Amino acid sequence: MTEAALTPASRSLKSRVVTGVLSLLLVGGLVVALAAFAYGRQAARAAYDRLLLGAANDIAETIQINDGVPAVDLPVSAFQLLALAPDDRIFYAVRDAAGRLITGLAGDLPQAASTPRAGAEARFFDDRFGPERARFVTVPRRFAERDYSGTIYVTVGQTLRAREAMALGLTRDALIVAGFAGVVLLVLGLVLVDRALGPLDAIARDLSARDPHDLTPMPTGVPAEMAVVIGAMNRFMGRLERQVEAMRNLISDTAHQLRTPVAALRVQAELAAEEPDPARARAMAARIARRSRALGDLLDQMLARALVIHRSDAARRAAVDLREVALGVIEAGDHELIAPGREVALAIGESPVEVMGDALSLSEAAKNLLVNALRHGAGRVEVGAGLEGGRAVLWVRDTGPGPGAEVLGRIGARFERNAAARGTSAGLGLSIARAVAEACGGTLALDPGPAGFRAALILPPLPEEAP
Amino acid sequence: MIRLIALLMLLALPAAAQDTPRGGLEAAERFGPATAATVLRLRTTTDIDVLGPAIAAFTAARPGLAVEFEQWGSNALYDAARADCAAGRAGADALLSSAVDQLVELVNLGCAQPWRSGATLALPEARRWRDELWGLTREPAVILYNRRLVPPEDVPRSRFDLLDLMRRDDHRYQGRIATYDIEASGLGYLFAFADSLEATSFGAALEGFARAGAVATCCSAEIIEGVSQGRWLIAYNVLGSYAAARPAPEVGVIAPEDYTLILTRAYMIPRAAAAPGPAAELLDFLLGAEGQRLMAARGLILDPDRGNSGEAESTERPIRIGPALLVARDAEKRRAFIRRWRETFPRPTP
Repeated sequence: MTEAALTPASRSLKSRVVTGVLSLLLVGGLVVALAAFAYGRQAARAAYDRLLLGAANDIAETIQINDGVPAVDLPVSAFQLLALAPDDRIFYAVRDAAGRLITGLAGDLPQAASTPRAGAEARFFDDRFGPERARFVTVPRRFAERDYSGTIYVTVGQTLRAREAMALGLTRDALIVAGFAGVVLLVLGLVLVDRALGPLDAIARDLSARDPHDLTPMPTGVPAEMAVVIGAMNRFMGRLERQVEAMRNLISDTAHQLRTPVAALRVQAELAAEEPDPARARAMAARIARRSRALGDLLDQMLARALVIHRSDAARRAAVDLREVALGVIEAGDHELIAPGREVALAIGESPVEVMGDALSLSEAAKNLLVNALRHGAGRVEVGAGLEGGRAVLWVRDTGPGPGAEVLGRIGARFERNAAARGTSAGLGLSIARAVAEACGGTLALDPGPAGFRAALILPPLPEEAP
Repeated sequence: MIRLIALLMLLALPAAAQDTPRGGLEAAERFGPATAATVLRLRTTTDIDVLGPAIAAFTAARPGLAVEFEQWGSNALYDAARADCAAGRAGADALLSSAVDQLVELVNLGCAQPWRSGATLALPEARRWRDELWGLTREPAVILYNRRLVPPEDVPRSRFDLLDLMRRDDHRYQGRIATYDIEASGLGYLFAFADSLEATSFGAALEGFARAGAVATCCSAEIIEGVSQGRWLIAYNVLGSYAAARPAPEVGVIAPEDYTLILTRAYMIPRAAAAPGPAAELLDFLLGAEGQRLMAARGLILDPDRGNSGEAESTERPIRIGPALLVARDAEKRRAFIRRWRETFPRPTP
């Protein structure tokens, strides 16, 4: 059983997207329905208002003044026009300016229709016609004849069945189209989601097919959103790779470095054991003791270096004041054991010199530089920290000329074959310092100068905090 | 508010109209058991002996239901229905009238209630309006002639033949052509109005009637009797079902070949009907196979086979039930129409 199967997966991306698309479509459908209904009502109103107006004008056309009396010859065409809304009841009335009925439906006038208002324009209004709601139009026609002068109002009205049927029909049609579009969009959406999530499947396949020891980076040719994940994964695998590498190196270095001196010690110890001459035997024991001390130092340094390299990837970084590191190294008092009597001074300023780093690794680096200066340098030794040209610097200086160019050239190599054999480990110390500097994003600078040899960790300073 | 207006309208109506006028009742008969729980009041212009068999068949199948059959004159029926509607009073439960335009006006005033069923929805559009008015019958407007007195070569097959007869110089038909008095007969007015819409020859027809000294008279029965007895030789625009209901050997019937007006009697259920359910049931029955068969037997339904035989199909002009008939009801229009008609047919001197 795989681990993924043990923890229940949260909702799949696909179902999230589908739910999203569905709710979008639902909201969209609702909006479309409302809009279509509003549009349908408007369209129906516009269409049937025209019929109404046409019929009213038709009737107004037929008004004639006969001997000073207005007469209407009601045209059938007007009613045939209105009958285009086949199931609607029709109201009509022709009245003079005083509101007297010339012809039309008498007793059943809606309120508004019984009181024609002055005006030259056709006027639409809504009212009730018997038990139903209806739409009306009043069209004025002016007469200025010798025997009749005044305005005659033609009011035509119709109930709303045809309008409502048309509005509903338009809405229904729009909804049918929208429904089809929705289904098509949903299907398209599914296909698109499927394709968009394709790289995830490819990554999953790649990961499953991978050898457990294969920590090479994953291919980064993926969509931008996935690149973030892949980048993080690759960085994680990189760290893992370095850890594994460091471990491997430690084992191989240790084996390599220790085999020869330990073999030499064994030989000398065997010789000493068989030496009949006590004086010579004592001298040999002293040499064995010296050798084993050097071997111990070497072992310390190798472990320290492994520790530094491990911490550079693993330890959390914090703000560290380099002055405190320098002070700590001197206060530890190691130099008094290694080189009693040598003058060692602290050179630090008033203001803090802060960097982001691992305090333990930095201390280890400083200690190694100090030990190097004491062992291989000459004269007075200074340990200091300060800001130089915008960089934070932690340094150790002696008054000697420094190592030869040949040694400097090899700095950075992981180990020196002859270090242990010679009982020295200057290269290893510098290599630790350099690893620490690089882990903190800085460099190790070795400057042989007239004033003496200076080894310095040059690091990016912590930006000044805004007050 | 609406009640108030209705009340005001009621007060404004002539005193005679305030109570349901009973003066229009011409005959009445009760179909079904006397103890029936439900009584359906059917008010119609159709004669009891014409529609009676269909109603009897209807009540025979429904023991709990009786039909109060009232035969009314069309104008009185309209006045009563309109007064009932304005007062919100339950008058008749169903109206069946040949004066289709009057019922169209009632429906237009919102005095009807809707009913939908398979039978009503199967009606052609010309025979239903708003699901509140339905045409039950198919009755042609025909030309009658006296077989004995009109020689076969003179028998008018169309309006044009009739015009030619009226223009003849031999005065054979002078004063011997009859038609409805459209002022006295609602049906005559409806036919004349439909003629005026249907053909431009209406003016020529009026002129012809004037030349021939045509006679306007009121009633179908009188016209048929007159033609039968030879008082008139030809009668124009007579409802074919009446002729079929009063078969007389001397009377020949012609459906004009240029076009034949087809009247459909309209059925309506008043909004305030006390028994709208049985009224709808009666409607479905009359539209159903048995009702149609019984009505066809009494000449109320023109044999549809005739309509399917060649040219006859295109000559049928049904009077459509619909808002266009409101024009016929317009007071001003009616006045003008009758005035024009009166120029041809002077008011009979009593």
